[in-house]
Amino acid sequence: MLKCKLSLLSYGSHPKQETKILPMKAMNYRGPFRVRVDEKPMPEILHPRDAIVQVTRACICGSDLHLYHGMVPDTRVGSTFGHEFIGIVRELGSGVTNLKVGDRVLVPFNIACGECIFCVQGLYANCHESNTMSTAAGGIFGYSHLAGGYDGGQAEYVRVPYADVGPTVIPEGMDEEDALLLTDVLPTGYQAAEMGGIQKGDTVVVFGAGPVGIMAAKCAWLFGAERVIVIDHLEYRLDFVKNYANCEVYNFKSIEDPVLFIKHITNWLGADVCIDAVGSDACGNALQTITGKKLLLQAGAATALHWAINSVKKGGIVSVVGVYGPTDNLIPIGNVLNKGITIRANQTSVKRLLPKLMQHVQDGILSPKDIITHRFALEEIPDAYRIFSSKLDECIKPVIVL
Amino acid sequence: MNLRTKDIYVSEGWGIDENKENDPTYPMRNREYTKVPSRPEQQIARVEILQSNERPHYTAVFGETVPPSGISGQLRRYAFQHSESRYRHWLPLLLADRINVVEELVNDIKKGNIPNLFVEMGGRALWKHDKRTLLMKTARYTLCTVAAFWLIGRVFKK
Repeated sequence: MLKCKLSLLSYGSHPKQETKILPMKAMNYRGPFRVRVDEKPMPEILHPRDAIVQVTRACICGSDLHLYHGMVPDTRVGSTFGHEFIGIVRELGSGVTNLKVGDRVLVPFNIACGECIFCVQGLYANCHESNTMSTAAGGIFGYSHLAGGYDGGQAEYVRVPYADVGPTVIPEGMDEEDALLLTDVLPTGYQAAEMGGIQKGDTVVVFGAGPVGIMAAKCAWLFGAERVIVIDHLEYRLDFVKNYANCEVYNFKSIEDPVLFIKHITNWLGADVCIDAVGSDACGNALQTITGKKLLLQAGAATALHWAINSVKKGGIVSVVGVYGPTDNLIPIGNVLNKGITIRANQTSVKRLLPKLMQHVQDGILSPKDIITHRFALEEIPDAYRIFSSKLDECIKPVIVL
Repeated sequence: MNLRTKDIYVSEGWGIDENKENDPTYPMRNREYTKVPSRPEQQIARVEILQSNERPHYTAVFGETVPPSGISGQLRRYAFQHSESRYRHWLPLLLADRINVVEELVNDIKKGNIPNLFVEMGGRALWKHDKRTLLMKTARYTLCTVAAFWLIGRVFKK
């Protein structure tokens, strides 16, 4: 209570400044399953380390769908989503000296100061100086007030705090859509595999054939996996990942018990590493779906995590990059203990991984832009969200072109 | 408050089994840096910012979008009096989100901006790619609405 009062006092003690009325077009969240494009005031420099970036490409991420479905607490009507974007620097605060106006930059989804106790240890996703509204989550562009209350990149312009830390100039010759997918999807898939501690000869099971699952399957090979298996329920996505990442695929709708099936195909021991690349919007278990997605009695449906824990070998590793809400979930924690499982999880620290992944892209080892299936104008964003959310038209990764 | 009652460094065997390789945070966390550095320059708030009570102050930067307002804003203010560990933080926020939708619908109508719900909900895409689902949903909602009006009508007739 005291802290809340102090916050209000702090707000009240500052002089109110004039807001520029110059309008720009931006995605506008109106409630669950409702978005539109509206005019909003242009973003402003609010801190010496801010930049204003004119967005040229923005993705809709699978985790934006958790917001779109109304599953993330403190998602306020009027917010603009979008944490995967690239653009051109149009304005710089006085404290940003490593960029210049006109630079083409990719902007990692984490808002990170680069100097707090977590940032200096490389945990840019866990920055402690970017999210006043929460301590568990770091600041993220366009990801509700749970992640700092910043507007996102599904707009013509966006404010980028700590512009001297996150934004990275896109190298000459790099395809801008490859650069776009380096802001989140590829690093997240890579970190999922990295957290799995994959060793040569390991069997890796990836739950979810969405963009992150596809990238995790692709990256698992880079660590020396011997066998990569992807589980999903959408045939078109399984077909895609089978070709793109050269892996085994299985549709859990045609399997009565996915955990038993995985035991059966792994010599009855389970996989060395299981990756949850789904998060709170999982399908496949009625109890999880009803309590997690329909009644919101838990922080989303934890079906994929449940399967991952039960499918992994004793002493194995479960890597979690699927996004869940901040409350509780039904998972078999007793099995985690009895099987001696190591669970590793985090939002991805994009900046830490960028040098290595940019090199992999430039060397032709990874080609993330190949997963883009749909391109939309900003005005078409309600249709883009619907197509991605309802898995229409064999959509895998939609991009907003500005 | 200092809970340390004795010098741990003189405890028998202190640290003899330390193993630097026993680090599940590798390679995500670089443990070499342990010094608490200075804070970045503070952004000045121009609107009301709700602050987690697990923090001593605002973070150096923050978003200023959509400050709390109306009934939903009151609920959010209440929620932020409680820590992130408590349901009385999260449940009021979820309720506030739902109330906020109604508040903003009313605001839209007040401004003469009647929302095109069909377009906002991606109806055009559904019509193009999945007519069957769209028609089923429309039929279901129409049926529910007619049934609700019929029931209300019967109650008032009595």
